[in-house]
Amino acid sequence: MKILVAISNVPDTTTKIAFSDNDTKFSTQGVQFIINPYDEWYALVRALELKEAGKATAVTLFHVGLLDSEATIRKGLALGADDAVRVNAESPDSFFVAEQIAKYAKENAYDLILVGKETINYNGSSVGGMIGGLLDFPFVSLATKLDVNGNTATIEHDIDGGIQVVECATPLVISCSKGMAEQRIPNMRGIMAARTKPITVVEATTDAPLTNIKSFALTAGRTTCKYIDANNVEELVSLLHNEAKVI
Amino acid sequence: MSVLVYIEIAKGKVKKASLEATNYAAQIATQMGTSAIAIAFNADAAQTEEIGKAGAKKVLVVKGDQYKNNDAVYLSAAIEQAAKAEGAKVIITSFDVTGKSLAPRLSAKLKAGLVAGAVDYPIVNGNVLEVKKNVFSGKATAIYTINSDVKIISLMPNSFPVKLTDNKAEVADFAVDLNRITSKVVIKETKSTDTAGMIPLPEAELVVSAGRGLKGPENWGIIEDLAKAIGATTACSRPVADMHWRPHHEHVGQTGIAIRPNLYIAIGISGAIQHLAGVNGSKTIVVINTDKEAPFFKSADYGIIGDAFEIVPKLTEAIKKLKASN
Repeated sequence: MKILVAISNVPDTTTKIAFSDNDTKFSTQGVQFIINPYDEWYALVRALELKEAGKATAVTLFHVGLLDSEATIRKGLALGADDAVRVNAESPDSFFVAEQIAKYAKENAYDLILVGKETINYNGSSVGGMIGGLLDFPFVSLATKLDVNGNTATIEHDIDGGIQVVECATPLVISCSKGMAEQRIPNMRGIMAARTKPITVVEATTDAPLTNIKSFALTAGRTTCKYIDANNVEELVSLLHNEAKVI
Repeated sequence: MSVLVYIEIAKGKVKKASLEATNYAAQIATQMGTSAIAIAFNADAAQTEEIGKAGAKKVLVVKGDQYKNNDAVYLSAAIEQAAKAEGAKVIITSFDVTGKSLAPRLSAKLKAGLVAGAVDYPIVNGNVLEVKKNVFSGKATAIYTINSDVKIISLMPNSFPVKLTDNKAEVADFAVDLNRITSKVVIKETKSTDTAGMIPLPEAELVVSAGRGLKGPENWGIIEDLAKAIGATTACSRPVADMHWRPHHEHVGQTGIAIRPNLYIAIGISGAIQHLAGVNGSKTIVVINTDKEAPFFKSADYGIIGDAFEIVPKLTEAIKKLKASN
């Protein structure tokens, strides 16, 4: 069983967001980049656990990005992935990323394609479903538990107001969410080994993107907080009812 | 040419998010000089009537057992066929659980550009749509241009209030050919996480949330009482979910779920950036915390500095008085 884990290179969660080039580009100045948490803590760690349990033979990282992503890819290799593939391109949208993953996964016969449920920078939640559509593979979203027995995956995933347990034959695509695994810290041995693990660089497909970002804007913060005295909670209720009109 | 909107029916009712999507589709249709057509699965007369009131000119009703589990494989096949039959150039879904599987699959099948999680009406620029969505977990927005011939937008729930008129939609049965379509996903078990009477968190308009300031899971009674008095759903911060004081589906934040309720009351939560990312789309934020330096106050509309154990029960009483007098 070969597992492909798609990882995104994202600004860390405490980053103060800024834009450049007339608000058309995300400013990377002073920004620390990490593997998208959903990709790392859930998709990648679970894949590694399945390998450690003898249920998977290989875990490959897949990333769409330029050379400056390499450090982030090495972090994933340090955690225990066997190798990585980087498509040398700056991605304009989710569909572009999905196309690259689908092409590689199909050409290299991966049984499981794991993605995080969304990226913390673009929040699209789209790549997994798009890969499923491109390859005509089943797609199970928001998975919180994953086990594999032979060619069958057993998955617990979130649905509206509930949890569903499903089974599906491989190959399939799964988007991974909280509950699937626990974050790991790479150890020294992993970090050293990562230095010599292969990162294969491939060229991107050349279709014109279906969507593009035209511009960015920072979300306006709330202006000021109106403080209410702790002894006067009726005042808060009155404000919520008459001013904010939310109750 | 038309705008096609996917309708979801849950527990016998048209989902509020689907009514919002219908309003949205109708508005876009007007901007483009066409009309909105809804596609609903196993819908009855009362449901199609409501879809009409939300602005659909026509409702296509598809019948079949395969659609009962909202499997995107079947929904997508049906919508692809309907889009072709109706010449739909824009397809609208909700950015909810089903929409997050359905819209991407449709995008791939139709090579249709998708903006997932739109928060505003698009700007129609000739053959191009410009659509705004949240990025960086709500810290910013981005305007995307959709360049493809067919375009898909999934609408963030609770972006606009639902408007119903006395519009009547034409209702037509739509036959779908599912001959070569089989989903390989087999459902073994379904468990509900809906806690007695509370609206599921992603759809809740009123939310009462608490964090480490509550000191222990045994103290959550005051939170649940407040939520019940308001008619709100309960939520929590990440540390509290990680410590298993509250179930993981209550965790709101950057690595939990993002919500956009009309009212978010945060009790004993300091307001770390990661938590804010999950809730800064709320219309009104109330913060109750003993620490006057808690960062959350900088993102609040209303704040009370004080002890939650004293304030929250008083707040519950005051809410009950308000409800009684109205």
